[in-house]
Amino acid sequence: MPLRIRTYHELTEADRSGLGAQVGAQRRRVAERLAPVQRIVAVMSGKGGVGKSFVTAHLARALARAGRRVGALDADLNGPTLARLLAAAGPLAVTGDAVEPVAGADGVRCVSMAHLLEDGKPLAFKGPENDAFIWRGALEAAALRELLSDVAWGALDVLLVDLPPGVARLHELLDLLPAPPDVLTVTIPTVESADAVRRTLHAARERGTRLLGVIENMAGPQFPGDAGDTLAREFAIPLLARIPFNPGDAVWQALGGRL
Amino acid sequence: MKFLCVECDRQMTFEERRLPGDGTLAAAFKCPACGRVVGLLTNPMETQLVASLGVKIGGTTIAAEPLETIRSQVTTGREDAFTESGALKDTERGAGSGGGPHWTGEAEARLARVPTFVRGMVKKIYADYAKDRGIAEITPAMMDAARTELGLEGM
Repeated sequence: MPLRIRTYHELTEADRSGLGAQVGAQRRRVAERLAPVQRIVAVMSGKGGVGKSFVTAHLARALARAGRRVGALDADLNGPTLARLLAAAGPLAVTGDAVEPVAGADGVRCVSMAHLLEDGKPLAFKGPENDAFIWRGALEAAALRELLSDVAWGALDVLLVDLPPGVARLHELLDLLPAPPDVLTVTIPTVESADAVRRTLHAARERGTRLLGVIENMAGPQFPGDAGDTLAREFAIPLLARIPFNPGDAVWQALGGRL
Repeated sequence: MKFLCVECDRQMTFEERRLPGDGTLAAAFKCPACGRVVGLLTNPMETQLVASLGVKIGGTTIAAEPLETIRSQVTTGREDAFTESGALKDTERGAGSGGGPHWTGEAEARLARVPTFVRGMVKKIYADYAKDRGIAEITPAMMDAARTELGLEGM
């Protein structure tokens, strides 16, 4: 006689583990924490080394100098630099159910994995290393979730999220946030950068984000090309700024004024 | 994740969880009709995967601490990351602070072996556990019970 096996959803008695409910509670905690944040802007690029963190930090400072309440979350968990760029040194104060962000240059409220890691040490987790490829991604996503939900960001006009190269962390961010963030894209002028950034722009658009525009960083004779113009034209979005090496405050102020 | 007693066609209920060693997480489920108990055993990778999701098999009775997953799972955390971190203050020894539970010397010694990156959080979890259950004294045995009951695999 065959066994009678019911489906998961046919079993409706109390489930004390409630793993699905626990995950739902995590999502609600993110939404509740970010409710006082007026706008979330992810700063991304498909390519590494284009100056995302540099742009994020200086844009955050320009917005703060213009009177906006600004937070900056360093979502580059493995190569965090935003805290140093914003002169936001720890320690982090734990108050009740949250951690207070550190006030950095011009009052930008920053949290970074650099606040949590030993100087010079990589982000390393407990767990069986032979199987790390299975669980490490989940742990990094959990870390990002906690940096969103467990930091007392407070009332902000804008929270800038500095993403690492590639598109993986953007997908994690989109899965965690209650609504898609706006996206700023950074490139350098070269055709190679355009190739990489194009892929992430497609991914961001397909996930329903609003593409604010392209920032071409390191513009000048050192890097020939017109990636900023090319990408802006292809995606029908503005080229928000062409930033030279050693830009002055006026460049950042102008960029901040365009957001 | 649910367990069905096929013979009784009843959903089994969570009974208890244990950490028997070698990275195994054990969770027991019981059929409310026939009383049969089955154990779910995860290997270290599966245990870690559960911890990575920030969820607890069997649920939890206390709210998550801020940055709990990061603090419990990162091995390269800096000692001075948090202002709450560090050794027990004199005012927190013995009779406890603010009317909180009393920490025995053995419990204090055990807590002192916890890395400072996570110590403040671990201390608060044990204190909250004791307070919720009306436990006046924190001992190593109580810490073991809390660790098992609350699913603190990484702590």
